[in-house]
Order: sequence, then structure tokens, then C-alpha cells
Amino acid sequence: MAAHIRGPEPVSMVQALNEALRSSLEDDPKVLLMGEDIGALGGVFRVTAGLAKDFGEARVVDTPLGEAGIIGAAVGLAMRGYRPVCEIQFDGFVFPAVDQLVTQVAKLRNRSRGLLSMPITVRIPFGGGIGAIEHHSESPEAYFAHTPGLKVVAPSTPADAFAMLRQAIASDDPVIFLEPKRRYWDKGVVDWTALAAPLHAAAVLVTGSDVTLVGYGPTVRTCLDASVVAAQEGRSVEVIDLRSISPLDTSTVVESVRRTGRLVIATEAHASFGPASELAARVQEQAFYSLEAPVLRVTGYDTPYPPSRIEEDWLPNMDRILDAIDRSLAY
Amino acid sequence: MIQLLDADGVRRDHPDYPLSISDGELRELYRDLVLVRRIDTEATALQRQGELGLWASLAGQEGAQIGAGRALRSQDYVFPTYREHGVAWCRDIDPVHILELFRGVSLAGGWDPSAHNMNLYTLVIGSQTLHSVGFAMGVVRDGMVGSGDTAADTAVLACFGDGATSQGDTNEAFVWAAASNLPVVFFCQNNQWAISEPVEKQSRVPLYQRAAGFGFPGVRVDGNDVLACLAVTRRALDDARSGQGPTLIEAYTYRMEAHTTSDDPTRYRNADEVARWAARDPIDRLRKHLDSRGLLDARFLDSVGEQSEQLAVRLRAATRAMPEPDPLSAFDHVYAEQTAELAQQRGQMREFLDSLEEVG
Repeated sequence: MAAHIRGPEPVSMVQALNEALRSSLEDDPKVLLMGEDIGALGGVFRVTAGLAKDFGEARVVDTPLGEAGIIGAAVGLAMRGYRPVCEIQFDGFVFPAVDQLVTQVAKLRNRSRGLLSMPITVRIPFGGGIGAIEHHSESPEAYFAHTPGLKVVAPSTPADAFAMLRQAIASDDPVIFLEPKRRYWDKGVVDWTALAAPLHAAAVLVTGSDVTLVGYGPTVRTCLDASVVAAQEGRSVEVIDLRSISPLDTSTVVESVRRTGRLVIATEAHASFGPASELAARVQEQAFYSLEAPVLRVTGYDTPYPPSRIEEDWLPNMDRILDAIDRSLAY
Repeated sequence: MIQLLDADGVRRDHPDYPLSISDGELRELYRDLVLVRRIDTEATALQRQGELGLWASLAGQEGAQIGAGRALRSQDYVFPTYREHGVAWCRDIDPVHILELFRGVSLAGGWDPSAHNMNLYTLVIGSQTLHSVGFAMGVVRDGMVGSGDTAADTAVLACFGDGATSQGDTNEAFVWAAASNLPVVFFCQNNQWAISEPVEKQSRVPLYQRAAGFGFPGVRVDGNDVLACLAVTRRALDDARSGQGPTLIEAYTYRMEAHTTSDDPTRYRNADEVARWAARDPIDRLRKHLDSRGLLDARFLDSVGEQSEQLAVRLRAATRAMPEPDPLSAFDHVYAEQTAELAQQRGQMREFLDSLEEVG
């Protein structure tokens, strides 16, 4: 089957995800995709384009419009030995499925004392910044990261999207796979045969000495851009891509903070009780004497996601991140 | 309402549900009913004596559950609620496993679902109906529907109650099963009460009629008639296995006891109603039938009685002998691949517990 795009040229994240799904379908006959509009249409973002044609409707399943059904059916399929990859069309549409995710998918291994396995991947386009209408720009990761039994990851590049989605599908644990839809069309080079980094390891993208700046998913690009601007002002920013929200690679961040003494965390999720808060708590527990300044969070505000005309001011944009770096260094 | 044995134990025929059953099989059904009721009364007693934290009685529903359970073939798969003690009995699940859940030494009972082709108890109302649908999708993909191989073709039995028919999950399951013609038998035990809410608060039509709107057959069967439940479920399972799609069975029955041992039904239903249903008891009914045909000799009754008593003694002893779980076992099997966070928290718990022991 078509491996035509697996070349040295840069590809978009959508293409990289499509290749990850294609190769997973090729590698394991028990893998099947389920979701709304993922067949003939190829998904509203075209992530599954061409897969129904190449693998058939039994393996790329256009489901009835019920998110609880998608996840609930995935539980039964997993019990029958299948490895379902579910697509939830948009972040704001996942909530009807949260009951099945929290009460069933997350708990079945534990309540069966390891006799049942839930190798389910739930792909969710998440985050804002695309001018969308209500319910299409949310960052629901905290709900899932707060749930024992689920793992939560978010790639930030086409290369990670390809490698991490394949790893998530191969994992015997349920993985919430958050795709930063704002970065769907960004291109990058993918080493299709590279040995992937561990799925839940953070990556230091830029080394620096003055402040540690942490993001994941859509904010990683913003953090990198901010680090370039800060460098022009003579500030050495270390940029870390968390990649995994649960489990959270705390040690990579703590090791960095021990050197820089300062930490700024940028996420689109709401501030309160969010991933940035959890990371801040862990860093103060583990690196208290290394901190030269309070850990600062640059996040979505604690309001419903706003109308798209004002979303750029609401999101953790580069100016807000640079301002936080200034405040951290001013201590 | 399909009935093959009336309240006086008189056998009736139904043209759509012929049932040929031997005298020996009839007596085995009686044995099942008596033993399952004995499990129930013993578990209730254990709860009252503080040995179990809670018990959900199946009293009154033995006929429905044994009928459905004995209609299954070994390759069929069951998705239960938390009251399916009779179906579990038919799947050869040791009732001790069920008592583990209600004693609080495990979350869901300790049986291996794949060894018994029956999932663990599901406590959230209606969730398991969607699991049934997904499992049936897998069965179809495995080519085990309509192949004609009676040892391979597989049906899925989704158990739920009248309350679950109001849940979104259950209605989604109906939609999915119909849309993909899945081999699922939806077995609804309408026991008239969802804790304190009567079925009239759930539906303005008889529950079995809901199936028509989804596009598959629905049938109401006398849930206190084990023979009718056996015949109706057997046919629905046959239809499912042969590729004719889902059926909704409404087993019309009654929850004779409280919802659970924590419930007080005197606050919401009257004794007359309970007495009326007591006159339709599923065990009495089969006993009358067997008696009228001279099949209840003293030797048989003695053997059932003795087996029943031995079972109760064994359950009691096994319950009291259940080892207390290790607090650290809370950390087991949360993930296939243990996380560093959990390993650390487990270490913290162990250290703290050890420090208490040192203090003495």
C-alpha cells in the first residue's frame, strides 16, 4: 500500500498521523479505526483520508453519531482482542464519552486485577487558535490526566505525531492522544524509520541557562518562538516539550530547573487545577531550594473558551510568555 | 406475554416458542433455581451479620436468569449488571467470587472473564450494553456469525434492568446493534423498580415495544416462567448467531427484596404488591409442575436440599476466610506499564505503613 509520502521531504502533521494510522493498520490486523466521518470523508481534518478505501469499512468504521458509543464499543472490541483507535471529532465533543472513559476504560484493568486489557487509543484534535466556533477549541487534558488508568500525550511536530501515535496504538494501556489542531498543517521532516524516543519522555528542544520554559502540543511552537525573541534580548531560555501529560516526566523538568532556577509553564488548558499547576507543585516539592522565583503559569484563563475574535488575547501567546519570562527574571 | 408455564404450574404451548425438554432437564432447572436462591439468602444473612458490606438480592428473578443462562452456548458471551447471580451460576462462576466484591476485598469479583465468557459485574447502569455491541462487532469481524458452524457462531447476551432503558448508553447500543445487524440479545429484566422509581417513571410504553422503533424485534416474556425465558432467549440467541441481528427481550418479573441490603422498600411500595408477586414465584411454579407430573420424589428433593445446605456452608466459610487485601495492592494493575509516579506513591505508602509498625 501507498508509502508514497514516507520520504525525506517535509510533511504536515495530518500526513504524518495518516501514515502512522496506515502503518499501524498494516502491522497489526487487530487494529481498527472508529469514528464519525472517518471513512469516505477521511475525517473532518482528513487525518484518515484514503484509509477506508485501502483497508475497507470493517477496519475503518464510520460509526453512528454517539461518542459514548464509540468508546463503549471500543471496550467490547478490546475484550474481543481488538486494538481500537477512536477518533473524537473535536475536543468539545468528547464529554458524552467521558463516562465510558472514566468508569470503564480507565478502570477495567485494575478492577479485573490485570485480566482485562484496554489497548484503546482515543485521538482528539484539541486546542484553539483556528478561528473556530464554540466547542471546537478546548483543551480537556486535565480531566483525563486526573483519571488513574489513562495516559495522556500530545505531540507538537509531524515527527512526534508519527512516532507517538504508533506507540500509543501499540501500548496496552489506554492513551488519550491529543492532536494540536492549530499545528495540523505545519510541516516538518519525519525520519520514518528512526527509533522513537520513549512515549512518555519529555524532550529538551533548546538548552539555556536563565529560565526553563515548558509547553506541550500547540504551545511548543510558541515557546520556541519566544525563546528566539528572548535570545535577542540576551536571555538564555531552555525549552522543554513535555510530550506526555500523564505520566508526566517531572525529572527532566526538575533537572533543568536545578540549573536555571526559574520555570515558566505555557498551556492552553485553564489555569486552575490544570497540568501547569500539577507540574508547578511537583517542581516546588522536588527542587524547592533551586528556585530563584515562583513558578509562573501562562495558560488559558478560567473562563469558557472565548469567541474566536478574541481568542488570540486569551491564549498563551508569545507576548504573554515573554512577559512571564520577564517577571520570573525580575525576582 | 410469552408464557409456557402458568402460575399454577400448568404447561402451555406457544406456536412461536416450541420447547421440547426432558424430565431430567426440568429437574436440573429446578435444582438451579433452588441453589441460586440459597446463594441469595445466605449472602443476605452474611450481610446482616456484618460479613458483607452490601448485597444485591436476585430474589424473584431466578426464573429469568436461569432461563436466559441455560439458553446460552459455551461460546456465547455475557455482559452482566451487578445482580446477575443466576446467570453467573449458569456460567460456572463460583459465587464466592461474587461475594468478594460485596465483602470489599476486590472491586469486581475475581473470576477470569475469558475463562467463563462472562464479563465482570458492571455497576454503572447501562454501560455494559455498549460493551456488548463492541464485542459483537468483534464477533462479526472474526467471522463467527452465520457461518453455520454451531460450535463457532457466537451471540452476545447484554443484561440490564428497566432503569437502564432510560440511559443514553442503552439507547445508543440499540442504535448500533440495529445499524450493523449485530448478534446481540438485549435481555432486560423488568423487575418493576429502579430502586424506588417504578417503571412507569421510565417509560410510557411497554419496554419491549421500544425495539420496533430501533428496527429489531422485541418480545415480552413472563420472567417468572423459567421455561418461557429459556425458550425465548434460546430463539433470540439462535437468531443472533445465524446473522438475523438483535432482539430485545423484556423479562417481566419482580424484585422481591430491597434494591440492595441498604435500601428500605417499605418507603415506596406496598405489601399488597409484593404479596401479589409472591403468588407468582418462579420456583413454586416449577415445583407445582414437577409435582403434578410426579417428578419430585423424595430422593431428588433430598439431594437438592443437601446440595443447597452444603453450598451455603461453603459460602459462609469461604467468605469468612477471605484474606484481607494488602493495602499496597491498590497500586497493582492500574497500568500495563507502571508509571514512575505510581511507583513513587507506592513507596511512600509502604514507608508510611512501615513507620506506623515501628511506632507499634
